[in-house]
Amino acid sequence: MSSSNSLMDNLFQRSLEDLIKGFRLQLLGESAYISRALEEIRREIKVTDLSTKSTALHKLTYLAALHGVDMSWAAFHAVEVVSSPRFQHKRIGYQAITQSFNDQTSVMLLITNQVRKDLNSVNEFEASLALECLSRIGTHDLARDLTPEVFTLLGSSKTFVRKKAIGVVLRVFEKYHDAVKVCFKRLVENLESSDPQILSAVVGVFCELATKDPSSCLPLAPEFYKILVDSRNNWVLIKVLKIFAKLASIEPRLGKKVAEPICEHMRRSVAKSLVFECVRTVVSSLSDQEAALKLAVAKIREFLVEDDPNLKYLGLHALSIVAPKHLWAVLENKEVVVKALSDEDPNVKLEALHLLMAMVNEDNVSDISRILMNYALKSDPFFCNEIIYSVLSACSRNAYEIVVDFDWYLSLLGEMARIPHCQRGEEIEHQLVDIGMRVRDARPQLVRVSWALLSDPALLGNLFLHPILSAAAWVSGEYAEFSKNPYETVEALLQPRTDLLPPSIKAIYIQSVFKVLVFCLGSYFSAEEPISSSLAQESSSVNAFAYESILNLVNVIELGLGPLSGTHDVEVQERAKNVLGFIGMIREEISEKVNNEAEACRVTAFMEDVFSDDLGPVSATAQEKVCVPDGLELKETLMDLEEICGEFLKPVESDKISFSVSKLRIRDEQEASSSSSHPHEGGAGAASLLEHRKRHGMYYLTSQKDDPDSNVTLNDYPLANELANEISVDLFKPKRKPSKPRPVVVKLDDGDESRSKGKTNPEAGNEDESLSRAIQTALVVKNKGKEKAQEGEESSRIVNHTSLEMKKKKKKKKKNGERSSKDKSRRESEVAATTEQVIIPDFLL
Amino acid sequence: MIKAVMMMNTQGKPRLAKFYDFLPVEKQQELIRGVFSVLCSRPENVSNFLEIDSLFGPDSRLVYKHYATLYFVLVFDGSENELAMLDLIQVLVETLDKCFSNVCELDIVFNYSKMHTVLDEIVFGGQVLETSSAEVIRAVEEISKLEAASNAISLVPNSVSGWRGR
Repeated sequence: MSSSNSLMDNLFQRSLEDLIKGFRLQLLGESAYISRALEEIRREIKVTDLSTKSTALHKLTYLAALHGVDMSWAAFHAVEVVSSPRFQHKRIGYQAITQSFNDQTSVMLLITNQVRKDLNSVNEFEASLALECLSRIGTHDLARDLTPEVFTLLGSSKTFVRKKAIGVVLRVFEKYHDAVKVCFKRLVENLESSDPQILSAVVGVFCELATKDPSSCLPLAPEFYKILVDSRNNWVLIKVLKIFAKLASIEPRLGKKVAEPICEHMRRSVAKSLVFECVRTVVSSLSDQEAALKLAVAKIREFLVEDDPNLKYLGLHALSIVAPKHLWAVLENKEVVVKALSDEDPNVKLEALHLLMAMVNEDNVSDISRILMNYALKSDPFFCNEIIYSVLSACSRNAYEIVVDFDWYLSLLGEMARIPHCQRGEEIEHQLVDIGMRVRDARPQLVRVSWALLSDPALLGNLFLHPILSAAAWVSGEYAEFSKNPYETVEALLQPRTDLLPPSIKAIYIQSVFKVLVFCLGSYFSAEEPISSSLAQESSSVNAFAYESILNLVNVIELGLGPLSGTHDVEVQERAKNVLGFIGMIREEISEKVNNEAEACRVTAFMEDVFSDDLGPVSATAQEKVCVPDGLELKETLMDLEEICGEFLKPVESDKISFSVSKLRIRDEQEASSSSSHPHEGGAGAASLLEHRKRHGMYYLTSQKDDPDSNVTLNDYPLANELANEISVDLFKPKRKPSKPRPVVVKLDDGDESRSKGKTNPEAGNEDESLSRAIQTALVVKNKGKEKAQEGEESSRIVNHTSLEMKKKKKKKKKNGERSSKDKSRRESEVAATTEQVIIPDFLL
Repeated sequence: MIKAVMMMNTQGKPRLAKFYDFLPVEKQQELIRGVFSVLCSRPENVSNFLEIDSLFGPDSRLVYKHYATLYFVLVFDGSENELAMLDLIQVLVETLDKCFSNVCELDIVFNYSKMHTVLDEIVFGGQVLETSSAEVIRAVEEISKLEAASNAISLVPNSVSGWRGR
C-alpha cells in the first residue's frame, strides 16, 4: 500500500522545473506559494523512494538558495540522498549538503564514509563532487579522516580530479594542521607541473597560504621565481605576483631579485589585469626599487588617462597606495586627480578625494579646503559629508599639525556648519571645543565664530547641527571675556527658537548664560573698586559696565529663564533655577555703591573663581598612568557585586561622584583661602565621600593646586589632573609666513596611538600560527628529504605512517589519557622542529 | 578567495546565489538585498567595482557586470585581482552563452541545476580552478550525459519494480 502511495507521489510529483514555472504563474502571492510548496516537499521527502526524495530535496535546495527558506531540518534526508548509487541523486545530495551543512550540523558524522567512498570512486565526476563538498564544509574530523584519500588524489593522473584535489588541500590544511606533514610534499611537486590547469590551481593555493602566513612560503621562493619568469599564463602570473608581494614584505632582499622580471611583464603584457597586478605589487611591496617604481607610476598614468572608468579607478587606487611613501607620484598627476573629483562615478570621486587629502600640507591646506568646500556645496549628501569628514580629519591630524592660521580654520568650521547637507555635527563640535582648550590664541576668533553660529536662528532647525550649537554655546560661556558684546551673546543664547534644542543642550545654553552673567558682574564690580581696576587684566575688553547695562542684562536673563523654571526636564529646570536664584541674591545690591564686603560682590567673586580655571585636553593614557595597586583585580567581572552590597551601592552612581568630588574641591579651595561663606551642598553624601576618600585615598587622582577641573557642568570634559606633567608645548617652527606665527597648540605626549596599536592580543592568530608551524616543519622535512634523495621511498613511508596513525587513533579513542600524552609529546617535537632555522636558499643572497 | 557569486535581475530577484562560507539563509537574503540596493543606485557607464566592507567584512571587494536584465556579481577578498574577476564574469557569461546558445534570463531561471554545474567547474570552493570555457563545457556535457545515463538505467522507479515483484 505504502509503495503504491509513493508511486503516485512519484508520477505526480512536481519537478523543480514545475516549481519554477509555478512561481511565474502563481496568483496567490509568493509567500503563500512557497509555504504550499514546502508542505509538499515535507511530505515527499519522507518517502522511501530515492527519486521522489531527491526531487523534493532539489526543490528545497532551490527555495533555500533563492528564497531564504530554512533547510537545516532536511539534513538527514540529504545524507540519505547522497548515498544513492545514481549520479543524479548524488549530485543533488551533495549540493544540498554543501549549501546547508556547517560545523554545528549533527549528522555531519554520517557522511564521512560516503565521502570517502566517492573520493575513491573510479568515476572522476563522483570524486569531483566529493571534493567540492569537502572543500566547502570540511570540518576538523572530516579533514583528518580523509587526508589519506586527498593525498592519493593529489597524485591522480586525471587532471580533472587532481586540480580539485589541490584546491581542497587548502581547506584540509586549515582545519587539520597535521595534514600538512602528509600532503605538503606532493603539493610542492605540483608546482613543477607542466599542465597549466594544475599549475594555476596549486599557485592559487600557495597564494592563500602566503596570505595567511608569508614566512612559511618563503623557502619556496626559487620555485615561484621560476614560474614568474617562465609562465605566460596571466592567471598564474597574477597569483605569483600576489605571493611575491607578501614575501617581499618580510624578506626585503627579494625585492631586488623580482623587480626585473616584474618590469619585464609590465613592458611586455597587453593584459591590463596583469599590468595592474604588477603595478600594485611594485607600489605596495617594492616601492624602494626605483626603476620599477618609475615604470609603475608611468603605467598608472596610462591608466588614469584611459576612458574606461575601471582603469581610471584602479589607477587612482594604486596612487593612493603609493601616496604615503612617494607623494611625488601623486603630485605628478595632480590635475587628473582634481578633475576626477567631478567624475560621475562615485568610486572615482571618493578615491580622488582621498588622494587630494594625501597631498594636503600646511601651505596648500587653505586652497584645497576652499576647492573642496565648493565641491561639497554642489555634491550629493553622501559625497558632501565625505568631503567634510576628510577635511576635518586631515586638519585635525596630529593635533592640528597642518593648521597654521587658526582664525582661518575656525571660520572654515563655521562655514561647514552652514553647508546644507552637513551631518558631521559631532566631529565639528569636538573640534571647536578641542581647539578652545588647546589653542589659547585662537579663543577670540572662536568666540566670534560661535557667536555667529548662535545668533543664526536658521541653524536651530537642523537636527545635525545641534552638537555644533552646543559647542558654540559652551565656548561663548567659557571664554566670555573675549565676547564683544555679552548682552548680544546672552540674547542669542536665550532666543525663543532654542526651544527646538534637546534638553541636554538647552542646559548647556543656560549654563553659558550663567557664566556670561558672572563675568559681566565681575567686571562691573571690579571696575567700581579702585584697587582691582588697576589689576583689571588685558582680557577685559568690556571693562566698564554701566549700571543700566548690567540691570538690562539681568532683566533679559530673568525674562528668558522665567518660563524654564517650570519645565519638565529636571536638568534644564535646575539650572534655570540656579541662575534665577543667583540673580535674586545679587539683584538688590547691584545698585548700591558697593564695597568689597558686600555679599553680592563676594558671591560673584566666588563664582568667577569657580569658572576661571582653564580646562585642558586629557591624554588618552591618563588612566594608565595611575598604577594598579597590588591585589586589585581589574579583569574579574563585577556581576555579583549587586548581590553582595546592593543597598550600599545605590547612592554612589558614577556621575554623582564626579559632581560631588568637584564640589569637595571647591570646599578645599575655600578653606584654604579661609573664606567664611559655606558652600550649600548636601552634607551626607559629601561627608561619606570624604570618608571614602580618606580611607581609599590611593584610588583617587592626586588633586593639585592648579586643578583645572572646577567646572561642574561639563562632565563631558573630565578631569585632567595629570596634565601638568604631560603638556609638552610645541616649539615654534620657522614658518614661511612669519607675519602670522602659528599659535601654540597644547599637545599631549604622542605615541599614544602607537602604544595602543602595539598591544595585540597574543591569543589572536593562534590558528594560523600553528598552521604555519606545520608548514615550516613540512618544509624542513622536505629539505632533509632532498638531501637524502630518497623521495619515492619517503612518500610511501609517509602514507604508511599516516594510515598507521589513523588506525592507532581509532583504537586509542577509548584510552583518552594515554592519547593526550602522546599528542603532547608530538606537539613538543613539532615545536622543536620549528625552532630550527628555516633554510633560506642562496637564491636570495 | 571568492566569497560569493550572485546573479540577480534588475528587479532584484535573485537567480543564482552561492556563498562559499557558510551563512544562515536569513543572512544570505540580507546580503543579496544589500548588494542589489547598492547596484541599482549606480548609474550606467561607471566603474564595475565596489568597496563592500559594510556588507561582507573588511577587505572585501565586489565586481559586477550588467547584461540586459541581469546583474552578475562576484564578491572576493584581497587575493584576487579586480580586472581578472571582471574577466571571470566574462568567462562565465561566454560559457553560458555556448551552453544555451544566446543565453537570456529565462535560460538561467529554468536551468538552475545546470547553472550550478557550470559555476562549480569554474569556481571550486572559492578558488578559480578553470578559466577556459571550452574545458568547462566539456565537463558540463560529460556530467549531463552521466545524469541522463543514470536516469536511463531505471526509467521505471525502484518502487514500481518492487511493487511488480510482489
